[in-house]
Amino acid sequence: MDTSVEAAADTSAQLRPERGEPGPDGRPEGAGRQDIGRQDAGRRQAGRLYLAIAQGAFRRYSTYRAATVAGAVTNTVFGFILAYTFLALWQARPGLGGYDSVQAVTYIWISQSLLVTVAVWGGGFQDEVQERFRTGDIAIDLYRPVDFQGWWLATDLGRAAFHLFARGVLPTLAGALAFSLTLPADPLVWAVFLLAVLLAVVVSFGLRFLVSLTGFWLHDSEGIRAVMLVVAMFFSGMLLPIGLFPGWLGELAHVLPWAALIQIPTDILLERRSGFAVLTGLGFQLLWAVLLLAAGRAAQLLATRKVVVQGG
Amino acid sequence: MIADETRSAKARWALRSWWLVAAMWTRATMAYRASFFLMLAASLAATSLDFVVLLLMFQHTDRLGGWSLAELGFLYGTSGLCLGLANLFVGSVDALGDRIRTGTLDTMLIRPAPALAQLCAERFSLRRLGRPLQAVAVLVWSLTVLPVHWTADRLLLVPLLLVCGTVIFSAIYIGGATLQFWWGEARELQNSLTYGGATLIHYPPTIFAKELVAGVVFGVPLAFVNWLPALRILDRPDPLGLPTAFQYASPIAAALCVLAAAAAWRAGLRAYRGTGN
Repeated sequence: MDTSVEAAADTSAQLRPERGEPGPDGRPEGAGRQDIGRQDAGRRQAGRLYLAIAQGAFRRYSTYRAATVAGAVTNTVFGFILAYTFLALWQARPGLGGYDSVQAVTYIWISQSLLVTVAVWGGGFQDEVQERFRTGDIAIDLYRPVDFQGWWLATDLGRAAFHLFARGVLPTLAGALAFSLTLPADPLVWAVFLLAVLLAVVVSFGLRFLVSLTGFWLHDSEGIRAVMLVVAMFFSGMLLPIGLFPGWLGELAHVLPWAALIQIPTDILLERRSGFAVLTGLGFQLLWAVLLLAAGRAAQLLATRKVVVQGG
Repeated sequence: MIADETRSAKARWALRSWWLVAAMWTRATMAYRASFFLMLAASLAATSLDFVVLLLMFQHTDRLGGWSLAELGFLYGTSGLCLGLANLFVGSVDALGDRIRTGTLDTMLIRPAPALAQLCAERFSLRRLGRPLQAVAVLVWSLTVLPVHWTADRLLLVPLLLVCGTVIFSAIYIGGATLQFWWGEARELQNSLTYGGATLIHYPPTIFAKELVAGVVFGVPLAFVNWLPALRILDRPDPLGLPTAFQYASPIAAALCVLAAAAAWRAGLRAYRGTGN
């Protein structure tokens, strides 16, 4: 996994607004914070705060350039290997699952480009939260005047924005150079794809947030994370399009939240979903995003009631 | 080190150091038994996913690149077993960059034991047995269903390729990790050679571009882990048309890999300057 993530955890404390890190308007963030809660101005302030948190996360991840390049190269190498395996499969069975061989190869490259952005493997804020459970810093997070879930969602969106660019562009370009890919010419499709990726990140966040919160009860969510990795890799369509799963397994995979991570955004980009099907796809993602965020919120309430801080 | 110590005594001491550190970590992880078995099970499941994908692919076809599922099982089992054992023995070496950053490499360098042996054994965990265990299961299955015409050389090639393959992957782990002496954050780069390489040789060479196959014969010699010996064992034509001697040449490839990794490690250690903490 990324070294950047572990290293990032070290610096996270420095980016807390409490330290007077300048906000986007150049004022120290802490200075404006007392107003939060004063209706409209307060809400604007909160919006700016979350934006600043996201920007901070974006900058933090962009610091580790060598790690980013190394990761993008790894995605590209896997893209090459898996593209050939798909070509062989589609050569044996043309039109399998409704994809032609060009679409199948495109599927591989797009899924490799999205893998880190939507954090199919877990990670991102999870590594930081886990470390904060271990050190006990989690207690500080809970009495901050910033919402716990909102804080981590903002950092994860900032991270994802960076990864979409840094881990997505190189594999896509390499794939387009070495293979014949089918990418949409219509900018509207790209716009809808970006929206689907945003929703995919929120769904992924919702899942990872629930996993991280188990740390309140289990002290170590490592085991659960390992299990989730297996489930996510399989049911997201990362390894094989869900349409190729046999029988009930395919039907199950289509309704589980992990389909929102890779399968739906990729199908939208491949224009296998168009018109009304785009809306149902986005609606499916939105539904799971809302459900998971609500579940995370409920779990957070339960967890904060039970938390016991052992002195300082 | 004492001047008149022989090479073999040094090697024995390196192995013993590895063993002592690994045994210490095993005792430590076994203190949390339930957690250990959970993680072992998770690792088994995670590393089996690649084979599940193969099974699903073969739901839709009975040949991939002209090879059957049992033949792919042989490639998968040998590749997974070699990578898994290499990961078990030396996989921890990829934390080198972190050790340089935090300064803990300095601690290892001043201990009276070879630094490389300590690095490889640090955080040793038997839960990494997940990959080799499931690979053995697939390999045994494939060997029972494959109609191999067993001759003396084919019987000998199987254990030989497992040993040489493990050595080749171990050398790639160590050689890849030494890049972190110069490029501290490049940890993930070696994943493309280790995990990426193992994924590559799960599949038959016939499905890849000839340039790619040539690259893993003459460049990073992954083809010697299982592709080339498997051509002989499974009696398949070589897509590159190389001389048959290549199919027996895994030990030479493994020896070259070890030499290259050792040279890289020495060069890296010479170039290393402590971070001063």
